Parts: sequence; structure tokens; C-alpha cells
Amino acid sequence: MTALARSLVPTLRTVGLAAGLPVLLVLGWGLATQGSQSFYFPGPATVARTFVDTWFGPAFVQDVLPSLGRFGAGVALSIVIGIVAGTAIGTTPWLRELLEPMLEFFRAVPPVALVPVLMLLLGIGDSMKLAVIVSGCVWPVLLNTVEGVRGVDPVLTETSRSYRVHGALALRYVILPAASPRIMAGIRLCLSIGLILMVISEMFAASSGLGYRLVYFQRSFMIAEMWSGIVLLGLIGVVVATIFGFVDRRVLHWYHGLREVARG
Amino acid sequence: MADARTLLRVTDLGKTYATAGRTVEAIRSISFDVAVGELVCIVGPSGCGKTTLLKCLSGLLAPSAGSVSLDGQPVTDPPEKMAVVFQEYGRSLYPWLTVEDNVALPLKARKVPRAERDELVRAALEEVGLAHATTTYPWQLSGGMQQRVAIARAIAYRPEVLVMDEPFAAVDAQTRADLEDLVRRVWRDLGVTVLFVTHDIDESVYLGERVLVLSSSPTVVQEDLRVDLPDDRDQISTRALPRFTELRTHVHEQIQRAKRDEHSEAVEPHAPAAHT
Ligand SMILES: Nc1ncnc2c1ncn2[C@@H]1O[C@H](COP(=O)(O)OP(=O)(O)OP(=O)(O)O)[C@@H](O)[C@H]1O
Ligand SMILES: [Mg+2]
Repeated sequence: MTALARSLVPTLRTVGLAAGLPVLLVLGWGLATQGSQSFYFPGPATVARTFVDTWFGPAFVQDVLPSLGRFGAGVALSIVIGIVAGTAIGTTPWLRELLEPMLEFFRAVPPVALVPVLMLLLGIGDSMKLAVIVSGCVWPVLLNTVEGVRGVDPVLTETSRSYRVHGALALRYVILPAASPRIMAGIRLCLSIGLILMVISEMFAASSGLGYRLVYFQRSFMIAEMWSGIVLLGLIGVVVATIFGFVDRRVLHWYHGLREVARG
Repeated sequence: MADARTLLRVTDLGKTYATAGRTVEAIRSISFDVAVGELVCIVGPSGCGKTTLLKCLSGLLAPSAGSVSLDGQPVTDPPEKMAVVFQEYGRSLYPWLTVEDNVALPLKARKVPRAERDELVRAALEEVGLAHATTTYPWQLSGGMQQRVAIARAIAYRPEVLVMDEPFAAVDAQTRADLEDLVRRVWRDLGVTVLFVTHDIDESVYLGERVLVLSSSPTVVQEDLRVDLPDDRDQISTRALPRFTELRTHVHEQIQRAKRDEHSEAVEPHAPAAHT
């Protein structure tokens, strides 16, 4: 009984702390809009009702699913390209010397600036939107992979050499695991950039998707609907971060354990 | 034993590091032979190039002069028949692999079949007294236990030559004594040739059948000494033998001489010492 209570109290505390601020904010929002008829700032009840009406219907299939599809495909493509290219560049000195200045240049170009160019090159279909997402999302994965692959402890590299662990085996059991903390940090960035670029790419010349819907609501002065879309994006962000956190704890459990031990 | 087949031959080995405009002559000229099945300890002051020598022997570092050959073949890459236990043993274990996977990875690289691999890993971990820790991670273990994992990995590899670089520098006296006896046992049971680097004079005399004393940098072989202690060594009785004391005093004097020579070295560079 007391053991249960002892394990329950910290959990409740965590949940309370995590949920406390959002609850307070919504309450404050409700109080501030109470009795006001402001057109631009509807109350929480109105937005909640609109949220259900707007997104739990055909819009889910027409807008939410395509957006999530583009986001998922764009991010997945970025992660694969980033890890493959990053590993190749990180393990091949001449390739790195050749490409490094160019990588810095491309990384510095804001991906949004590429939208008009990519529209010209790829039209206004899904491939343009994918290209926009990938053009912004590969960099954190790629550059972090290069750094991670290069940063393998030389003692481990020598150990692998002396036991003749080479090639695919070294990649699978030495290089990629050693780089995995950096790669996961890159993926975390990739996910948040991907969500932003998904919305932005859909704001240009699109006929479906969350970005398209947001602009549409705004132009049609459907203010409560517009706010509900923003809430939906926020929720998607939270879900993505939760899934990432779960995967991160599984993939990097050794790393988190190691750091905990090092901290004492 | 002296007429046994030569396994490892080091000829006029020299190594000069060149880094950022500065050159460090770590090893001037080292020559020695090791016969099959010998247990040779290499002692020398800190920074005299012991690790550098081992890296050249194990094909991890290209010498600047001279050559190393194993079984008549020149060593250019890490040889298949050699296992190295590194000085930084903690950092030489893969932190993302469990203890057993750390021991198993080199065997996997050598394509040892699964069942045989499992058996080698199990036996090696049992040998070092870590049979209970197979599924833990290296960072969950103490320094001495990590060291034993590194040793188990080398044993499981079934090398012909086992090279160890100051493996017991960071463990407590009791663990150290146990590990020393473990090395002697492995040497006798597996018939492996052992090269053991240490800066502990007592340890070199207790463990070795032969002790190579290195001078301070720039390094040459100061003395090549045969240890004529009984084969069956025991931490208490062997260390109490008058002969043990004589030998350790002798090695001690050699090292002192090496240090004195270092100061007069500019005047009179010494030649590599002849084998005794
Ligand atoms: N990678 C390197 N680049 C430049 N100099 C080096 C390098 N590695 C070692 N040295 C130098 O070579 C000399 C010998 O170093 P080494 O590590 O071989 O000595 P050691 O006998 O193993 O020392 P210790 O007993 O402290 O382990 C030292 O002067 C060291 O500074
Ligand atoms: Mg050393």
C-alpha cells in the first residue's frame, strides 16, 4: 500500500506538472474571452467545437492524411539520404574534403527560398512538396552523421582494426552505433523542420493539406476554424515528439545509461 | 627454449612521430626475437615508447625504420593470429554491446560458427570470473571487471600471440595479483606466446620468463634478461625467494642506469644492448 503510494506520488507529480500549465493557459484563455465578442479571438469552447466539426470529417481524409503522408515520406527520405550520404562522406576523407564547402553552402540556403525554384522545376504536385521538405530536412541528419562517424573513439577504431572487424560488420556494430547519438540529435531537428516545411510547402499552389486549409480559412475569415488548425498542428507536433522520445530511449538506451553512470 | 622456433622478429625498429611541424623520436632502434610459447615482459619508464612499440608490432602503426615479422611474414596490417589488450581498456570496450557481445564480435568477424562462438565466449568469461555478468554493459562494471572483459575478449579469440599493454595499471592490489596469475594460467593452458608491457618491475619479474628492459626515450633495448625462477609461481612464496629479490634489484638498477644515460645521452649515444 505504502509502496504503491510511494510510486504513485512521483507519477502524479510529473503528470500534474506536465498538464498544469496547459490547463492554466486554457482557463486563462477562457476567462479572457468570456463575454467578449471578439471576432479574431474565439473562446476555447468555440474552438474545441469547431475542431471536432472541422477535422473529424471529410477533411481528415482530404487534408490531414495527405499532409501526414508528405511529412512522413519527406522525413523518411531525409533520414535515409542523410545517414547513407553522411556515412559515405564521414568514412571517406577525400569525399569529405571535396564536399564540405558545398555542404556548408547548401545548408545555409533557407529551404523556403527554394520553393519558387522547385515549383518551376517540379511543378506544383507532391514531388515539389517532398523536395521542399527534403531540401531542408536532410542537412541536420547528414551533417550530424558525418560528425558522428568521424568522432568514433580512436581506441575503438584501433580495437576493431586489431581484431580485424571491417566492412559491413564494422559499420553495423561499430561505426553506426558510435554515431547514433549524433544521428538521433539530427533526426530530432529533422522532425521539427519537416513539420514547418510541410505546412509552408502546402501554402503555395496546393489544393489539399493542412497548410492549404489554414490559408483557405484565413482568406475566408473562418477564424475559429483557422485556430483549430493551429491546435491540430500543435497536437501533431506533440505526438511526433512523443514517438521520437520512445524510439530514442530504445535506440540509445546504452548511451543514456552510460551518461547516467558518468554523472555519478 | 632458447632454440625454439622464432615467432616474432623485430629488426632495428624505429618510430618517429611527425606532428604539426614537431617531430618526436619515440623509438630509436629496437631489435629482439620472441620464440614460440615465450612469455616476455617489457619494462621501461613512462613515455619511453612501450605503447608505440606494441602498436608497431601489432600492425596498427607503420614503423619509420626497420621491420617486424611474424612467422616469417612482414607485419603491415593487424595479423590474424594476434590479440591486443589496450592500455585504455575501458575505452576499448564497445559501450553499446553487452559483455558477451563485446567478446563475441571479433569471433563473428572471423566467421566462427554460432555454436562454437557461444562456447568460446562462455568459456572465456568463466575463465576471468565474469560468467554472471554476460548480459550487462561494460559501463555497468568496475574498472577491474572491465579489464577482465578485455582480457576475456583476447582469450576467446584464441590468438597465437597475446599482446597486453599495462593491463593492470588501474586495478587494486588483490585484483592485480589475481589477474597476474590468470595471465600465467592462460599462457600455460593455451600455449600462447605473450608480450606483456608494464612499468612495474616486480610484476615483470614475477610474470615473465624473460624481461626486456627499455631505456628512456629515444629508446633502445637496455637489457634482455632471462628470469630463472621456478615455473610454478605463487604470489607469496615466489616473491619471497632470494632470486626474485636479486632479479628485481637487477632490473631496477638497469632502469636507473637508463635514466642516468638519458642525461649523458647527447654526449655518448649508446648502442643497442646485446642479448644476454
Ligand atoms: N600519436 C602520437 N603523436 C606524437 N607523439 C606521440 C604519439 N603517441 C606517442 N607519442 C610520443 O611518443 C613517446 C612515447 O609514447 P608511448 O605512448 O609509446 O609511451 P609509453 O611508454 O607507452 O608510455 P606510458 O608508460 O605512459 O604508457 C612519448 O613522448 C609520446 O609523447
Ligand atoms: Mg603506454
